[in-house]
Amino acid sequence: MLILTCPNCGITAEETEFHAGGEAHLTRHGPGASDDDFEKYLFMRENPKGVHFERWRHVYGCGKWFHAARDTTTLEIFGTYTAQTSTVPQDIIDKITDRRPDWQPPETA
Amino acid sequence: MKKYSAFAIAREALRHHTGWTRAWRDAQPKKRYDAIIIGAGGHGLATAYYLGKNFGITNVAILEKGWLGGGNTGRNTTIIRSNYLQDPSAAIYEKARSLYETMSQDLNYNVMFSPRGVIMLAQTHHEVRGYQRTAHANALQGVTTEFISPARVKELVPIINLDGPRYPVLGGLWQARGGTARHDAVAWGYARACSDMGMDVIQKCEVTGIRSEGGKVVGVSTSRGDIDCDKLGMVVAGHSGHLADMAGFRLPIESVSLQALVSEPIKPCMDVVVMANTVHGYMSQSDKGEMVIGGGTDGYNNYTQRGSFHHIEETVRALIETFPMVSRLKMLRQWGGIVDVTGDRSPILSKTPVDGVFINCGWGTGGFKAIPGSGWAMAELMAKGRSPLTDAFGLNRFQEGRFIDESVAAGVAH
Repeated sequence: MLILTCPNCGITAEETEFHAGGEAHLTRHGPGASDDDFEKYLFMRENPKGVHFERWRHVYGCGKWFHAARDTTTLEIFGTYTAQTSTVPQDIIDKITDRRPDWQPPETA
Repeated sequence: MKKYSAFAIAREALRHHTGWTRAWRDAQPKKRYDAIIIGAGGHGLATAYYLGKNFGITNVAILEKGWLGGGNTGRNTTIIRSNYLQDPSAAIYEKARSLYETMSQDLNYNVMFSPRGVIMLAQTHHEVRGYQRTAHANALQGVTTEFISPARVKELVPIINLDGPRYPVLGGLWQARGGTARHDAVAWGYARACSDMGMDVIQKCEVTGIRSEGGKVVGVSTSRGDIDCDKLGMVVAGHSGHLADMAGFRLPIESVSLQALVSEPIKPCMDVVVMANTVHGYMSQSDKGEMVIGGGTDGYNNYTQRGSFHHIEETVRALIETFPMVSRLKMLRQWGGIVDVTGDRSPILSKTPVDGVFINCGWGTGGFKAIPGSGWAMAELMAKGRSPLTDAFGLNRFQEGRFIDESVAAGVAH
């Protein structure tokens, strides 16, 4: 059972109060985009063994979306942060590198 | 290889079982193979087996980072069925189901295929219409299924509660030749047959890199040294994305954990497989008497081979509604497996951007039932460059928008 803190309302709760929304920071390609870019946006996923940035929604709380950094091999949550950003905030990157010194931020982050 | 038979058992009984030999050789990696298969689970071993049997390619190694059949092959709930709506899925799953019928004889290894029948319960009017449509589609595809009444469901499954508190049973899609098989035996049987053809099944050999020159594969690096090959098949389910990353391409795949559990063994009480997709629980009884129960997937990426406890709660709640008697059962074991789920929830059997590298993945929650058909088709794809069974399952379908609109590998009951 994951325990997440919603950065919008500040409440810390178990995962049943939230809903996972898939990979974060996808570049949204729309009309006029190349087939490659559109496919990448719709289907291609990082799916890393390790640090993963993902979207969550506080469905049974404030109802708002936010982002989380989590390890897919240990289920450790490094932190949660606002959804109003297209990059990973420095304090989250610092928290991850504290725990995973060898980790390199991906180019998309 | 010594043939297994009733006579062999009698002969060994008379000499204190001293004449049995190992079922497969403990092979050491050679410098080069015509083809390497990564992943010695059911799909990988079946691919190797049909490469040898159907195409005479026997200079083959099957590399496994753990032990044989130790991934999802040994973690699933062993259900076999082919009652799918869309033609490409029905074709490959029915090929698989029909190969299961004769697998024990073909491999000379008892895989305990038990065509006991599979019912998928219709518990909403939407499901009734959906399954009636599937039954009609199956008739056209040559897959024998039938939409049956609640009374017939009760006759087949006396322990079922038709008038559940939330979703009464309104009918069911019945495939009489669906059933179960012994999952480990499928892997062991294929491994024994592959080894007998001279192939090397190499366990504890982790692939750490994929070497290519000029866009063509030349070999792999492993924890036991470099091995060269002309053709490479990646057949590793949950870790497909990880391998694709080594080869330098990406996949439309996310890996999640799917759970299952078994109860304490009880006397025979249900001799068919029942799947209740609306309330989400499915159950069959093993030969040992344990009730084998399939759970749900988590909504988030996960490589830990365990899942969230609340999913077990949901599954058990659904089963108690459907089969009230299980409320008194104790559960013995619970586990998870990492399933690879694609964007359209159908598998990928395809060439890749690297010449000579083929991929078979994305079976998600529904891989076991497909093992022989998947291996048959993948072998043809690797040997000849294309297979009628895999044409619709190419990687290019995501770019071209040719999705297979069916929840083959969704995070739902299988």
